[in-house]
Amino acid sequence: MGEGGMNGAGRGASVTLADLEKRYDRVNAVDGVSLDIHSGEFLTLLGPSGSGKTSTLMMIAGFETPTAGDIAIDGTSVVAMPPYRRNIGMVFQNYALFPHLTVDENIGFPLKQRGVPKAERARLVAEALELVHLPGYGARYPRQLSGGQQQRVAVARAVVFKPRLLLMDEPLGALDKQLRENLQLEMRRLHADLGITFIYVTHDQEEALTMSDRIAVMNDGKVAQVGSPEDLYDRPSDRFVAGFIGESNFLPAIVRGIEDDVVVTECDGALIRAMCPGRPASGDRVTLTTRPERLRFADSAWNATTPQNRLSVTVTEAVFAGERCRYMLQAADGTSMVLKEPSSAAIRRRAIGERAEISWSVADTILV
Amino acid sequence: MILARLVPAGVVGLILFFLAFPIVVVTVVSFSEATYLTFPPPAFGFRWYEAYFSNPDWLNPTWVSLWVAAAVVVLATSLGTLAALGIARLPKALRIFATGLILSPLIVPGIVVAIGIYYAYSHYGLVGTPIAMVLAHTCLAVPFVVTSVTASLSGIDPRLEQASLSLGATPGATFWQVTLPLIRPGVLVGALFAFITSFDELIVALFISGTGAVTLPRRMWDDLRFQIDPTIAAVSTLTIVLTVVLMGAAHLLRKRSPA
Amino acid sequence: MSEIAQPPPIAVPLGSVRPLLRNWRRHVPMLLVAPLLIYMLVLYALPVLAMLLRSVNDPTWTLSHYTALFEDVVFAKTFWITLNTSVTVTLGCLVLGYPVAMGLVRAKTMAPLILVVILLPFWTSVLVRSYAWMVLLGRHGLVNEALIALGMIDRPIRILNTPLATQIAMIHILLPYMILPIANALRQIDPSLIRAASGLGATPFMTFRQVILPLSMSGVAAGTLLTFVLALGFYITPAMVGGPRDITLSMLIAQEVEQLNWAYAATLSAVLLATALAILAVARRLPGVGNAFRMSMR
Repeated sequence: MGEGGMNGAGRGASVTLADLEKRYDRVNAVDGVSLDIHSGEFLTLLGPSGSGKTSTLMMIAGFETPTAGDIAIDGTSVVAMPPYRRNIGMVFQNYALFPHLTVDENIGFPLKQRGVPKAERARLVAEALELVHLPGYGARYPRQLSGGQQQRVAVARAVVFKPRLLLMDEPLGALDKQLRENLQLEMRRLHADLGITFIYVTHDQEEALTMSDRIAVMNDGKVAQVGSPEDLYDRPSDRFVAGFIGESNFLPAIVRGIEDDVVVTECDGALIRAMCPGRPASGDRVTLTTRPERLRFADSAWNATTPQNRLSVTVTEAVFAGERCRYMLQAADGTSMVLKEPSSAAIRRRAIGERAEISWSVADTILV
Repeated sequence: MILARLVPAGVVGLILFFLAFPIVVVTVVSFSEATYLTFPPPAFGFRWYEAYFSNPDWLNPTWVSLWVAAAVVVLATSLGTLAALGIARLPKALRIFATGLILSPLIVPGIVVAIGIYYAYSHYGLVGTPIAMVLAHTCLAVPFVVTSVTASLSGIDPRLEQASLSLGATPGATFWQVTLPLIRPGVLVGALFAFITSFDELIVALFISGTGAVTLPRRMWDDLRFQIDPTIAAVSTLTIVLTVVLMGAAHLLRKRSPA
Repeated sequence: MSEIAQPPPIAVPLGSVRPLLRNWRRHVPMLLVAPLLIYMLVLYALPVLAMLLRSVNDPTWTLSHYTALFEDVVFAKTFWITLNTSVTVTLGCLVLGYPVAMGLVRAKTMAPLILVVILLPFWTSVLVRSYAWMVLLGRHGLVNEALIALGMIDRPIRILNTPLATQIAMIHILLPYMILPIANALRQIDPSLIRAASGLGATPFMTFRQVILPLSMSGVAAGTLLTFVLALGFYITPAMVGGPRDITLSMLIAQEVEQLNWAYAATLSAVLLATALAILAVARRLPGVGNAFRMSMR
């Protein structure tokens, strides 16, 4: 899905970040970031504020200079190149449309800088407006457009000169939820159509999961994990990623043994097995993580086909939230967990104080 | 709302009346046919306007004030706009110094500025020359230009410059195609303020106008010291109209800023 | 699909271009500001400083002009009059200005009209406004006529050329300087605070005293200090409508200059300037006042 297309291979730029560092006073906003962004992919830099994702983007764009490390686009180092030579498209959070120019003039601006003759300019601008579904809006001024429309003009302006790389800094942040979801899909489609490389910055993990080919989760100036949305969701590499993406349960446990790449631990008196790429030593204290929606009440009518973990718990809270029921559970050693199951008339709601057995797949349990 | 109950509209109205009334009085008196300043006037006519327009002793200073102000506009607007553009990017210490110096005419009491200028200019024989008036008034007008242009600049989204650069425009092209059009209202407002500041300026003019550069305010002042002539009412009204037109334009420009 | 030409690629990345060329960009801001700075230094700052210097180097380096002030009765009287007038005028502006500021902020449809009424005199020259008061307060002026018509007096009384006339005219001229900063501060008050106070049971007066007034203080302070500093330096108005014997500091300075007593005039100027600067320096330290100043200087 949107790898830039095999036939479009080469339409998107490849970007390599090598040990990138950005230092302000004594703080490293970006602290040793290395990343290989493939030609034509949609990569998202995801992280909380202060994680360094925007600084990284700004360095790729050329608005900030790294204090160490290198940035290469299509194999050439660009660190010493000013932003207006890098030929990268950029979309800003608040659109940054020129208020004194019409939509046509805004979109035509980069073409004008490149000496594209007037007639050709008009043609390309019209093409770009078609691409973002705003034909005929050319004579309007930005202040006459809605937020979503301004955003689309900003995108049109950033791609009209056919760059090989498009950078986006939380472009949908200022829009309401419904509009945001629509535009997310449009971005996806645009990426598939254009086939160029997209680097997208956001703090919204749902957005990242929806749109990206790969996600680089950033924390404290470093990359915590890079991978596809499934990779990150099912196999988070550390506690931060597990907690930041989706919701997670964390269980303290002690290692008792290893069987292939499944580790056996003791947690609250029960033996819990978890997926584990490394080789922790017996007796180590570790944390296991699992997603709330992957837990089941053992006595509800379903058949597990894969190896399961089981645990005894007490229900401490029960909340009906529309499409799901959400339960807070407490294990004997005090660990609290969350269980989410679809709400349905056929499924019995649990009461507070009820004791139950929960069960979930070993494959859904990760050691972080 | 709360405020409505606390402050009777009547009180506010009265104070506003106090503010506006004197101006109205001057205007009304200017149309008086009587020779002294009685209010309300016994009869109405254009006598004092005729007195003004037919008297070279009034028209010459008017002319001097007008072209001095025009020259001040050109000089203050160019120097001030350039400075405003540069100040934003100066290192902190230099910026504070520059801002302080440039805005100081607003703070330093007018008499101190006037006699300081008089002291130096008289050394160089500049007293009584229109050029000296232009040079001095520019210093007084510049703070308004700088303030206005700076306000305009700070209203510009900083991302616009980044956007422009990212789209392939060099810093120079960015300045001409993005920054300059967006500060134009600020520059115009500054120019209007510069004009009025120079045109209405009296204290410095009192000292350096001598006999060769008598401005309109100076002429009015002399007249008031030596005789009470209702022609001044006519001149004042004309000045008020000019001020209102220019300042009104400035006000509207500020509201219409696209940035 | 045609490839759009890239902006002409520079031959070599900026980093390895000769250092001189690279550095010139950094000096652009200074180059932009320098002409004005030099201009103002030469034609304004240095003249004023040179004049002020006469207070300490005439005939040789000495502080005698300043020490002489302590014995100087004329100076004492003048300074006292100036201070007195300024304080009175500032208080008058405060009392009259605060309600107008409130009126300006709360009015909805009338707001532009009120603003015009405030700004119109504000834009009019001080000379014209002072003249207007000469007309109003003269023997045959409106005030006298009105008082006679009301039967409060039978002959015109002398209002013009008295300290009262100066104060009235100065209040009139300085009112906008008080109103605008206060209005700005009032405008910043979150309306939901007022609603909250109401909801918690506060009467309008209590809300004013405990919510609105404290929150508007930065504007009040800015307006008061600005008005006071401006009042200290007033020249035209007291000269035109004030009494012949009520000489303000600025008028005294002007007189001394006319008689070419430069050292004395410079000393007085230094005192006036120092007072103004001292007040402003204090003002800037008060929380919020700095901002209020900046906003009212728009």
